Amino acid sequence: MSVVGHAPPPFFKRGPAPLVRLAFFVSLSLVLLVADLRFQTLEWVRLAVATAAWPLQRATGMPIDAAGDFGAYLSRQATLLKENEDLRRRQLGTANLLLRQDHLERENKRLRALLDMRERQPVEGRIAEILYAARDPFSRRVIIDKGSQQGIAAGQAVVDDIGVIGQVTRVFPLTSEVLLLTDKEQAIPVEVQRNGLRAVLAGAGSGMMELRFLAANAEVQVGDILVTSGLDGVYLPGLPVARVVKIDRDSSHSFARITCAPLAGVERHGLALVLGGRTALPPQPDDAPVTPDQPTRGKRVKKKVR
Amino acid sequence: MQPTHSSRRILRPVRNWFILFTLLVALVANLVPFGRLPGIPDWVALVLAFWCVHQPLKVGMAAGFVLGLAMDVADASVMGQHALAYVLLAFAAAGWSRRVLWFPLAQQALHVLPMFLGMQLVMMVTRMIGGAEFPGVLWFLSSFTATLLWHPATYLLLIPQFRPEDKDVHRPI
Repeated sequence: MSVVGHAPPPFFKRGPAPLVRLAFFVSLSLVLLVADLRFQTLEWVRLAVATAAWPLQRATGMPIDAAGDFGAYLSRQATLLKENEDLRRRQLGTANLLLRQDHLERENKRLRALLDMRERQPVEGRIAEILYAARDPFSRRVIIDKGSQQGIAAGQAVVDDIGVIGQVTRVFPLTSEVLLLTDKEQAIPVEVQRNGLRAVLAGAGSGMMELRFLAANAEVQVGDILVTSGLDGVYLPGLPVARVVKIDRDSSHSFARITCAPLAGVERHGLALVLGGRTALPPQPDDAPVTPDQPTRGKRVKKKVR
Repeated sequence: MQPTHSSRRILRPVRNWFILFTLLVALVANLVPFGRLPGIPDWVALVLAFWCVHQPLKVGMAAGFVLGLAMDVADASVMGQHALAYVLLAFAAAGWSRRVLWFPLAQQALHVLPMFLGMQLVMMVTRMIGGAEFPGVLWFLSSFTATLLWHPATYLLLIPQFRPEDKDVHRPI
């Protein structure tokens, strides 16, 4: 420090030129990007840093939580009374089913034993609270407050009281990350409840989903309910997933464009149930022997019709 | 050192720990879980751009890279996404520092706005090449709020450097 308190700027020793430094850091970031996007090799770094930063992260969430609590405190008594009434009515409505569930389950077990079928797996759930949506605007993920300490494992399905929300993708010791159904990278095997037509449902961005790879004349109607088919060994069969809202049968494409809206409160926050993992399905049968690549009649595609 | 090059006020030298402290505070502010609420500024980008403009010899691309890595982990986004964007932001801000500081604050903000927008564009392009969805036009609103905050942030971050106004008759400055 000089007398006035200002160090003279270094005239000669400036290190590498700015462009050289820029090239170095940009290439380093690009290497990281490729390593993470292509090879997914940086998970352990993320796990370590996220665990260390957990108390800080909870502390920064506190003002938001407090604001939410304050809003709930100010909510009017009438709203609460109405909600209470609704809940009681719904409980009474499902009482019939709940009371007979035990009986039906035992009957089902006996019948399955008679038919010599495999028993349905009992599945236990774990209630978790959705803490917040991840900040990343390019994907749809939420963070829940149960982690590997509470027995959560990656791949488990997450549901709410209406249907499927998503799937656990990353597990930290005390929290875990749930990829929502509406994310573009999430796909789920479903079947149409009405006729059992099987398909794959994938996220389409902006809160909607898309039924992929169904022929333009597939038997799907607007308003159809889609439930999980359970073929993937992750989701139990029969969980409600989505409703078909729009079908665009354009004859110029070979597939119909079918847009669906999620049934469960996928983008709403609250409580969720993490279902226990299913035991692995039996291994798939070996593929049929592949014939040598030889164009057959059916394979050749020729456009004749205009 | 002056607040802007055309100003006649002379500032005290900046303290290194204060730069570090403000960058850490910005990082913590970025951790607050607002979810998908549009228009929340990227505090780290704002503070980083400020120090790159005012102290290009102390804060530069290396700081941007380290902060970017921290943000990538905190954000649960792809590793390197924020790092790349912040490095480019730091390069632009430090490179333009001599030009930007000649202008009054409102016009300085107009210089910073394209830097923030470019940073968001870089993030969007890297993620969409990776197959992510388009986050919506409203996501770019955060650049504009950060630009609006340039004026208050300048005063806030320069507070420790301002001298008291009292005149000393024995000293010319």
